[in-house]
Amino acid sequence: MEELVDVRGLSCPQPVLVTLEKIKASRSNRLRILVDTDTARENIARMVKTVGWEVLEVEPQGIGYIITIGKAA
Amino acid sequence: MRSSIKNPFATTLGIIVTGGVIGILAACLQKLGNPPNMGICVACMERDIAGALGLHRAAVVQYLRPEIIGFVLGSFIAALIFKEFRPRAGSAPIVRFILGFFAMVGALVFLGCPWRALLRLAGGDGNAIFGILGLLFGVWIGTLFFRKGYNPGRSNPAPVPVGLILVLIMVAFLILRIIYPPVQGQAQSGVLFYSLEGPGSQRAPLLVSLFVAILIGFIAQRSRFCTMGALRDLILFRNAHLFSGIVSLAVFAFLTNLILGQFRPGFSNQPIAHSMFLWNFLGMALAGLAFALAGGCPGRQLFLAGEGDGDAALFVTGMIVGAAFSHNFGFAASPKGIGPHSIAAIIVGFVVCLWIGFAMKQKQQ
Repeated sequence: MEELVDVRGLSCPQPVLVTLEKIKASRSNRLRILVDTDTARENIARMVKTVGWEVLEVEPQGIGYIITIGKAA
Repeated sequence: MRSSIKNPFATTLGIIVTGGVIGILAACLQKLGNPPNMGICVACMERDIAGALGLHRAAVVQYLRPEIIGFVLGSFIAALIFKEFRPRAGSAPIVRFILGFFAMVGALVFLGCPWRALLRLAGGDGNAIFGILGLLFGVWIGTLFFRKGYNPGRSNPAPVPVGLILVLIMVAFLILRIIYPPVQGQAQSGVLFYSLEGPGSQRAPLLVSLFVAILIGFIAQRSRFCTMGALRDLILFRNAHLFSGIVSLAVFAFLTNLILGQFRPGFSNQPIAHSMFLWNFLGMALAGLAFALAGGCPGRQLFLAGEGDGDAALFVTGMIVGAAFSHNFGFAASPKGIGPHSIAAIIVGFVVCLWIGFAMKQKQQ
């Protein structure tokens, strides 16, 4: 199971900053991010591309989503 | 990925279209009666609302601007349709109120929000350059705080009234505006104050302003348009997505101004502006820092409030109260230059915002 990062409730640009920090610190090639707004989901999807990662899957979770991101092939 | 969560407005083309629509419509609202180089200015219009309600008595800036009402309602409608209305709050509320307060103090020393800075530039006002540089400087300071761990903390899901109150206040404002319409030659109609001269007396027709603002609120909610985020993302992430939106706003407003004969380049005698370069720069720098720490420009705060963000609603309230203080206490500038207490207000604003930046650190998890 990949590490689950909870960025729910954080205001801009924290969800992206936390996700990028976790990518830097992560030893695996996949992370799951828990978000509660569509804005955070879109921003994370946009920004992870800049470090060579991509969105693999988006699942609804409560009022938000779990986004699975991974290193781009 | 589920197809239902794709959002065409969140693409770069979507943000360029949004910026372009705002630029064109703002210039058109000027043609239809709104103040020059101020077709849409969130700070000025919230200031006018504070005046209309009698919270300050600067007679030239009193009008219950329908544009602000429309932004919140448009965003609310979009959030309802796309199931993004999520009442939430609890991320340092009083801090957000104070950031809104000092954002307005800074904006009224420059005489405009970031939207108006771009619109002033698009109308030929060279003084806007110093405001935009100041905004960039303020946002840059904000990004330093983000890198050092500034974090105002999480919001939490909240009961419906928390997300709905500002929307309902806007509906109440609209009802007041309808019950007490402006009367020719009268400075007061019922409980509302109306400017007889100056920027507050310059207004596009109610229904046009309201319709335009609802449209802008709708597409800005979908596209997440944010003038502060545009600069912040460029500095923090080297990402130009949002930035393309503000460039589009300025370019399309400039082209529309050219077509409508509203482009008048220069530094002196520009409408509702002064040429004190340092204070144009520092005013907007303070506003930029406050926007960065609060996570969005004044327009974005209205759109967030429309989708249920109670903390953004408090930022908006802080701005309206800040406008009242700015005019009652002589913080606000005028075309003649800065006010008698603008310098003190800017210094206090920087001290407070820098303190918030240094002091607000919370563990992420």
